Amino acid sequence: MQSEDTDEHCPEDLSADEPAPGEQPPEEPVLFYNETVIDHFTSPRNVGEIDNPDGFALVGDPACGDQMKLWIRVEGGYILDIKFKSFGCPGAIATSSMATMLAMGMHIDDARLLTDDDVVRALGGIPANKEHCSLMGVGALHAAIRDYEQRSSKKL
Amino acid sequence: MSRQTIYFDHNATTALCPEARQAMLPFFEGEFGNPSSYHHLGRKARASLQASRYGLADIFNCGPGEVVFTSGGTEANNMALRGAAAALRRRGRHIIVSAIEHHSVLKTAEALAASGYDVTFAPVDDQGVVDPQRVAAATRPDTILISVMSANNETGALQPVHELGKLSRRQGIVFHTDAVQAFGKIDLGTVFEWADLVTLASHKIYGPAGAGALLVRNGTPLASVITGGHHERGLRGGTENIAAIAGFAAASLQAVAGLDEKAARIGSLRDRFEARLLEDISGICINSRDARRVHNTSNICFEGVESESVLLHLDLLGICASAGSACTTGEPGPSHVLRAMGLSNMQAQGALRFSLGRSTTAEEVDTVAAALAGIVEKLRSLSSL
Ligand code: FES
Repeated sequence: MQSEDTDEHCPEDLSADEPAPGEQPPEEPVLFYNETVIDHFTSPRNVGEIDNPDGFALVGDPACGDQMKLWIRVEGGYILDIKFKSFGCPGAIATSSMATMLAMGMHIDDARLLTDDDVVRALGGIPANKEHCSLMGVGALHAAIRDYEQRSSKKL
Repeated sequence: MSRQTIYFDHNATTALCPEARQAMLPFFEGEFGNPSSYHHLGRKARASLQASRYGLADIFNCGPGEVVFTSGGTEANNMALRGAAAALRRRGRHIIVSAIEHHSVLKTAEALAASGYDVTFAPVDDQGVVDPQRVAAATRPDTILISVMSANNETGALQPVHELGKLSRRQGIVFHTDAVQAFGKIDLGTVFEWADLVTLASHKIYGPAGAGALLVRNGTPLASVITGGHHERGLRGGTENIAAIAGFAAASLQAVAGLDEKAARIGSLRDRFEARLLEDISGICINSRDARRVHNTSNICFEGVESESVLLHLDLLGICASAGSACTTGEPGPSHVLRAMGLSNMQAQGALRFSLGRSTTAEEVDTVAAALAGIVEKLRSLSSL
């Protein structure tokens, strides 16, 4: 019988990050996050709660345990107010803040189309290992819109 | 705004002390010899290496031949586990390590488990301390190696290594201790009375990174892990990092000089820090508070806030601390040490480690405590919990 010792350790593809010939090494920012992200982290927009909201969502990221709550007030299909609270990392707080900023005043049909990429782009990028954090804000927004629709269909 | 750095992350690394720097300078300025060379430059390097080795031996009351220089703690831990496991594989395949070891021990133990060894991970109590009884109960006739750290890097909790070492010796089991976080904080002058293999790292004791040692008690079975030369008694091939080793030796001398006074001074600052926090911030919990701890470490859970957010706020104020351990940064998920102590994911996620050092002042302690109070209040006001 052949040896079963086949569990040799193979490191991940080391060529993935290889620069093109002549490419300069990227400039490492002194801070991990860019200034816009830091700004939204230190002064998050639309923090708080809405009494008697038209839509509400509680979402969590099971991988890291972070979570957030999001409230919306809708009138004539437009998001007239939006508020959030977050127990999360800087990436989660900044992306949630930006997501609420983008969604504020939008028609729900447009807000539904907002993606995490839109949020990250609006922030001017976020470190790769933090990209998953941006899913929470838009996830909560979409869930709150669904909640709003459920509530209004019940009222009918 | 003028901003000064406040460094509360001494368990991650330390600033080079002037003595270490001084000891290293000649090797950057012409004394570049290879200690294996015949000629006078080689002899000079050889003499320096020898002096470093004798210096370490003096501190640990061991023979110079029992000091094996490595590139640092991770290599020494690898050398200890892999080397002892290989040397003793005919005698047995069972290894015991604690659940709160540094990853350089844990991952190495996991690798050994994947290659045919049987590994038991010894649990800790809610104070983060290994129970010697549980370890004793886990030993078997084929147990060849027990590895338990002297002090935990995240909580600072001291482990019952004397007891475990003596228990191991009675049963003919090799005992390894990762003393990286204990060196310079507690007296290790008689370490060979209970341990066979001891890991040390230079950059945790104000020496340069890139040097460390495995102390190998005479007669301890150990196979070479890095083959390729006669260096370090054939245990570790490779041209010695003379400059870093000289810095390490000089830093080691400083680490044990006046240890008690230094420990008392830094310990009282740590106590002041914790007292301030308890006074000013509600909903906090000091991990391993009831355990014997090294004097400089404070690991604290802040309820309802996420640790990276606290860390970034601190960083923006020029304050360096860490969440869990620095090695876990970039790896999502809560600390394995705090989880092993029975903390929930949520609690472990709000944990921060502050590790004080020689440069710490009472003023710094008060500044950091006040900053934390403000940050935690701010984050709690936007917390969804
Ligand atoms: S790490 Fe969990 S949301 Fe950022």
